[in-house]
Formats: sequence, C-alpha cells, structure tokens
Amino acid sequence: MRETVLKVSNYNIDFWVEGVWYPAAIDMNFELQAGKVLAIVGESGSGKSTTAMGLMDLLASNARVSGSVKVKGQEMIGAKKSAIRKSRGRDVAYIFQEPMTALNPVYTIGFQIVETLRTHFDMGPQEAKARAIELITMVEIPNPEASFDKYPHQLSGGQRQRAMIAQSLACDPGLLVADEPTTALDVTVQAEILDLMRNLQDRLNSAILLITHDMGVVADLADDILVMKDGVTVEYGTSDQIFHHPKHPYTQQLLAAVPKLGSAAMRKLSSELTGLPPVLKLQNVSIEYPKKGRVPAFRAVTDFSLEIFPGEIVGLVGESGSGKTTVGRAAIGLLPIVEGTIELVGKDISKPSLATLREIRKHTGIVFQDPASSLNPRLPIGESIGEPILLSGEAKGAELDNRVEDLLDRVELPRWYRNRYPHELSGGQRQRVGIARALALTPDLLIADEPTSALDVSVQARFLELLQNLQDKLKFACLFITHDLAVVDILSHRIAVMQEGRVVEVGPRDQILKNPKEAYTKRLISAVPVPDPIEQRARREARLSLK
Amino acid sequence: MSKPREENMPVIEKNENEIANRETVGRSQREIIINRFVKHKAAMGSLFTLIFIVIFVFSATGLNLGPKKGGLSIPGWWKYKITDIDPEGAIAASCNGGVTGCPTLDLAPSFMDGDGIRFGDHPFGTDIIGTDYFALVMRGAQQSITVMLIVGFLGVTIGTTIGAIAGYFGGMVDAVLMRLTDMFLVTPTIIIGSLIGFRYGNFGVVPLAILLGFFAWMGLARFVRTEFLTLREREFVDAARVAGASDRRIIFKHILPNAIGVIIVAGTLLLSGAILAETALSYLGFGVRPPDVSLGLLISQYQDTFSISPWLFWWPGALIVSIALCVNFIGDGLRDAFDPRQRRHVSAKDRLSAAEHKGKSS
Repeated sequence: MRETVLKVSNYNIDFWVEGVWYPAAIDMNFELQAGKVLAIVGESGSGKSTTAMGLMDLLASNARVSGSVKVKGQEMIGAKKSAIRKSRGRDVAYIFQEPMTALNPVYTIGFQIVETLRTHFDMGPQEAKARAIELITMVEIPNPEASFDKYPHQLSGGQRQRAMIAQSLACDPGLLVADEPTTALDVTVQAEILDLMRNLQDRLNSAILLITHDMGVVADLADDILVMKDGVTVEYGTSDQIFHHPKHPYTQQLLAAVPKLGSAAMRKLSSELTGLPPVLKLQNVSIEYPKKGRVPAFRAVTDFSLEIFPGEIVGLVGESGSGKTTVGRAAIGLLPIVEGTIELVGKDISKPSLATLREIRKHTGIVFQDPASSLNPRLPIGESIGEPILLSGEAKGAELDNRVEDLLDRVELPRWYRNRYPHELSGGQRQRVGIARALALTPDLLIADEPTSALDVSVQARFLELLQNLQDKLKFACLFITHDLAVVDILSHRIAVMQEGRVVEVGPRDQILKNPKEAYTKRLISAVPVPDPIEQRARREARLSLK
Repeated sequence: MSKPREENMPVIEKNENEIANRETVGRSQREIIINRFVKHKAAMGSLFTLIFIVIFVFSATGLNLGPKKGGLSIPGWWKYKITDIDPEGAIAASCNGGVTGCPTLDLAPSFMDGDGIRFGDHPFGTDIIGTDYFALVMRGAQQSITVMLIVGFLGVTIGTTIGAIAGYFGGMVDAVLMRLTDMFLVTPTIIIGSLIGFRYGNFGVVPLAILLGFFAWMGLARFVRTEFLTLREREFVDAARVAGASDRRIIFKHILPNAIGVIIVAGTLLLSGAILAETALSYLGFGVRPPDVSLGLLISQYQDTFSISPWLFWWPGALIVSIALCVNFIGDGLRDAFDPRQRRHVSAKDRLSAAEHKGKSS
C-alpha cells in the first residue's frame, strides 16, 4: 500500500462578496497516494484552481475554508501560519500556469531555486548552487551551468516552465500541485513537459495534483480524475472509468465537446463558388518588424504565398512565434509588408493608400484571440458592433439599431445585451460579439485569429458550430489561425502549416492531417494529446520512437 | 452537441429577460455616461453646490466684463464694494479692542441663546481699515474661481491633447512633443510670472490664469501619454481600425474614455494646485494685487490674525475647501460614470438576482 500524501474531506470554500458568502467549492472529498496523479478537470469558474489554492491557505483574505486537509497526516486547516509556511515548498509545491509571471523577472532562475533551497534547508551557498544545478539538469534545461545565471526573459516558454518545475522540486515535495502547467505552451513543448513530469514522477515517487481543462493532458497523465462543475464534485473515479464509462451527463457532455482529430466529416465547398478568382492572394510576402533602438529589425514572415478562394476556410497552423498572426494582420492591411504582393478582393494592397485601406475595410473582418482585450471596455457592445456600419456610412439612427439587433440575433445573443458592457459578458458571449462585429458589413474575407483559444471546450464547440452555420449562410472566405489542430480539423477545407515564418506545407485538410509529408507537420500532429488514455499511450510511444 | 455554459447557467437571466425586454432600445456611450453621472448623488450634489457658489459669488459684487471703461458692467446685490470703506460700521461692529469689525452674521435663533437670525451690516465683519469683509471674500472667490476654471481648462486640454498625440503616434512625434514637455517642465513658473509682473505690471486675473494654464499641463501630458502607450497596443484599437475608424476617432472615442481615470485624478490635483500657484504669484506681485483680492491672498494676508480675528481666516478658507471638495466629488462622479465596472448603486434587480443565486447554490 502506498503512502497517502493528501487526504481531503468535507472540504468547503466560500468567498465573501458584497455581504454574501458565495460557495466556490462544496463538500469535496478526495485523496492522493504517493506516485499517483489526480487530475481535477472542469471548465473555467468551476472552482478547480480555488480548490488547489485553498489546500495551502493561498486564497484571498475574503475566503473561508472549512473541512479537513491532511498533508502526510498533518492537518492543514486551522494550523498555525508558521506551520503552513514551513509546509509550503517542502511538502507541497506549486507549478503555475504562466511561467513568465510566476518567476520573478529581476532574479536569475538559479537565484530563485537557491532561495527556495536555503529557506527550507540549512545549506551553504556553494552546496545550494550545486544542488540547483543538479535540479536544472534534472528538468533537462540545456547547458545547466550557464542557465543557472539566466534571467527568466532569456529562456523560452518551455524552458521557463522547466525552471519553474525545478524550483518546485527543490525540496523533494511529497505533493506537486500543477495548475494548468501546459496551457500557455505549444503542443510540441506541452508534450515535452508532460514527458518530463511523467519521468520525474516515476523517479521521485511524488504525487501530482493536476488541474487542467484539457482532456488530452488528463488522458496523458492522470491515474484518477475528479470532474468539477460549479464547485461541486460531479464525478470521481479512475481515468479508465471516466473516459470509457462516464456516468454523469456533464462528464459525457464535456468529453463529447472535446474536438478529436480525424473525427469530423470533410466540409464541401458549394459548387457555385468553385472556379472564382481568389479573395486573398499573398505572393512571396515578407514582413518585418522594424528595428527599435538597439533591437535589430526582425523578419517575422519570409516568402509566404497563399491563396484563399471564395467560401473557403483555410486553417493556418503553427506554434507560437511562427508568424501566423502576423500574416493574418498583414492580409487585411494592419501591418505593412516589405516584399511581395497582397491582393485582396482584386485590389493590390502591398503599398496601400489610405483610400484603398478604407475601401478594403468594407470587405474584411477580423475576430481577435482575446475577447477581453478586443472589445473596448468603455463601449456598450451594441456600439462596438454597429461601429463598422456607422463608419462605412451604410446606416445610422434607427436603421443602424435594426442592423445591430439583426446581428445579435445572428450570433444568438439576446437583443437587450446591446447596452451591456464587455465585462458583463462571459468569454464565449464576448467572442460572439467579436464575430458579430466582424460580420457587420458582410465581408468577403474573415480573419479569425485564434478565436477559441481563450474559451472552454464546451463553449468552443458551440462557437465553432455557430461559425460554421454563419459561414454556410454568408459564404465568406475565412483564414482561421490557430495552434489547435483539432479545431482546424472540424472547420477547414484546406490547411497551411507554418514554421519560423515560412510555409511548411499547404494542402487539403485530409492530406495534411492523414498523410503529412513534412517532418514538422508529422511532429505537430503526433504531439496533440488525444482524450483517450489507451490511444494516447500508443501515440506517446509512437512519438518517442519517432525521435 | 453539448449545451453551452452561458445558457445553462443563468436561471437568473430568464427573469431579467422580462424586465430587460423594455430596455432593448440601443443607447449610445454618451447617453449611458450622462445617465450614470446623474445617478451619482455625491457628484450631482457637488455640481449643484458649485454652481450655487459660482452664481452667489459672482452676483454678489457684480461683474465687469470687457475694458475698464465702457465695458459691460452688471451691478451686484451687495451694498458694499471692496473699495468702500465704512469706518462707522466698522466701529459699530468692532470687537477685540476695535482692531477689526466682528461679523454681524448670526445664525443662531434667539431661543438657542443667540440674538436671532440676522445678517447685519457686515455679516463677515470688516478688516483693519473698515472694508466690508463679505465684499472682499466674494470678490476673492470670483478671482479664484476664474483662475481655477481657466487653468483647469487650459491644463487639461493642452495636456490631454499633447499626451494623446505623443502616445498614440509615437516615434518622431512623441520624441518632439516630449522634449517640448521637458522644456516647459524645467521652466520655473514663479520666476517667469514675477518677471512678467515686474516688467509689465498688473494685468489682472485672466492673463495670470492663462499664463498658469500654459505651465500646468506637463504632468498631465506625461500621464496621458503613458496611458495611451499601453492602450494603443490593445486589440480593440486594431478592431476599431479594421472597422474603418480614423486616427481621430480612435483617439477620442476609443482610447480617451479608457484613460479618463488618469485625466480626472491629475486634473483635480491641477485645480487645487492652481489656487496655490495664483496665491504665490499674487504675493510676488503679478496677477492679483491689492486693493483687488483673491481667496489665497486673503488667507495669506490674515493668517497672523488667526488668534484675534479668526473669521478673517475662516471665511476664505471655508470657500476654498468647499470649492476643492466639490471639484473632487465631481471628478469622482465623472470617473465612475466613464468606468462601467464601477457600480456603486446596487439596484433592486441586482439584489434579487444575488438572493436567487444564493438560494440556488446553497
């Protein structure tokens, strides 16, 4: 029998908000043995992060925690602050979602690891440094001695997450709480981090409490799964039970909403649209970010060619930093290009004048990645949606009101939402507002820049369905930029894969996803975790043998 | 297909739906802001108080517009002018050994041990030479309010415009405008003011206010620029550009309302600073000179007499404080009105839905 590292019973968390206690976690019971991984799964707002933070008394001061949390048999709730502090880092360590913000930018990663070591152990500086380098080696950061003196901004996202893991492993914690450890990372990097966590867990025999919304990650790592919704445990069981025999309807819903690679039917282009000239034609386009002070100019996109035909959805896939967003922005004249030509609805916008730009604005729309930032927080959404119509001079006054109402109907939002401000809407609703605004002038081309990456799976599924319906009705061409291959699989007719500013491969969807020719595409596809533990294990082994 | 989160969640919103159906008429940003400002009790109270003070003060001693001779002149309702000396009245109301005239104003009615409500000849008393202090305070408040309004208007307008243009366009424009700002920052206003005052004598309060205004915008410009630098990178700016918005529209309609918090905080500080700057310059001999007065001048003149004749200090002080408070509350109200997240007033609807939420989850 393995040692029980964490035992949580009758655990409740409430928040005091404006005179009322709002429950965030209700009557939770779970336990975790050494060497095991328990995944808490749920959508945003389900209370999964709060649950994890509450274990070590890391919540805001308006929170109330009750019940029992035993870490290695020691009761944590109601324990002295000093006892909890001692336990933090030594018995329980945390890995956070954003490695950039979780690491202090003004200290080297070596310093931060040494700091953790020396607060918990009686250790000399030399000894601590040696141990820190050992840890950095263990998390497979290249060139450990040199990396010891590096600042967080000098490391890539994956390396930063590794440094974060090294820091949390510094004291051999019995329990590692990983709060969305790979959400901010690319799929290939995510796969590496997951491999690393699995190796470490095998070697160190520590327990991992994994918090995530990504069913693929869960399938890859978890032994047990706890599904949460609105603070309540919906289902708790082994990985096999949850994935193959989910009992609760919510679990079934959640699993059904996860897009799976290769499961969607091919979307056909309607015949009347074939044979028309392309809406967007990029030829040998290069885009540079001009030099700023001592930072030299950076060529983000090199020699990029792509055509998009009317009514067609083209998926543009690549890892972060591959230049896909840059292409999307340049395609509608938001960024200047240094070489090549861009033709949009028959107009050359390689060196656009203000008049041409104004003209093409009527034919294009864009949906941005972050719905929180792409809507003006000080404008009611009705005005945001109506702005393109108003500025194009197509309608104003009562007619504009009608158009706005019509658009809200189209994206399935209630009409009276028009007077609401963006912060009063949920993420999915905001993204619908974004679509409504982009489609306000019934554009020929829609650029969708990672519109679903900030959304929960079920909201994402709903959003993709809406986008498909709209596209069927309005027949616009669409450049769909994403890092998620499964999403592209559902939506697109053709796929373009980008790496480091260049096109790696372009082709029809099935050809790219089923018979990729380039090694990079193969690697990208194999790194996508599949929400099925058995299949995922097979894929993992296949991927490792590919190396 | 799965049910969307946002539609199984709000049982609350179903009820709201019926109420809100009446509210489907689209309202513009401006209407919503005005609406919210009007609902802000402290701000509206302060606005009316300030308007009342302004009307009261300006009507008391009358207005002189245009040139000294032949300009439009409206007589005030108060019987004394600041140039009138009334030794008999001063002696009649004298106290403290006859140095100054005590206030004849008494608000305590006779049943509360007072002499009954009366204003008397010199409600605020008289100063040493027998000038009616009420007239002096009214005239002083006129001058100070004029300075405040002009400085505030100039400072906020120039500062916001320069900061917004520098922050939004960046590059060369930014560099030139910010060096200009630096130049103004290193120029000491007091010295310039006293030099001009020395060379050309007394211009009166309006030129003084304009001069102060031209040296008051720099801090605000820097704040606004910083705010614009971060805001222009936000995606909603790109979204507006794609919607076809011009630079001007983006600056004024999209970014400026988001920067209003900073502008109002810096602006209210500017206004209270203006009174002090005016006092300092008047003291040095530029701007307001005796026999003309301003509130700041009155206070600095009579601060020594505080122990003997405190009313000479109290009345102008109370006016400065109430004007400054009003301005601050109005600023507060404006900021809240512009920021949709600030919800001070919990409506009955909110309470209902909060209670329902609690009932559902517990």
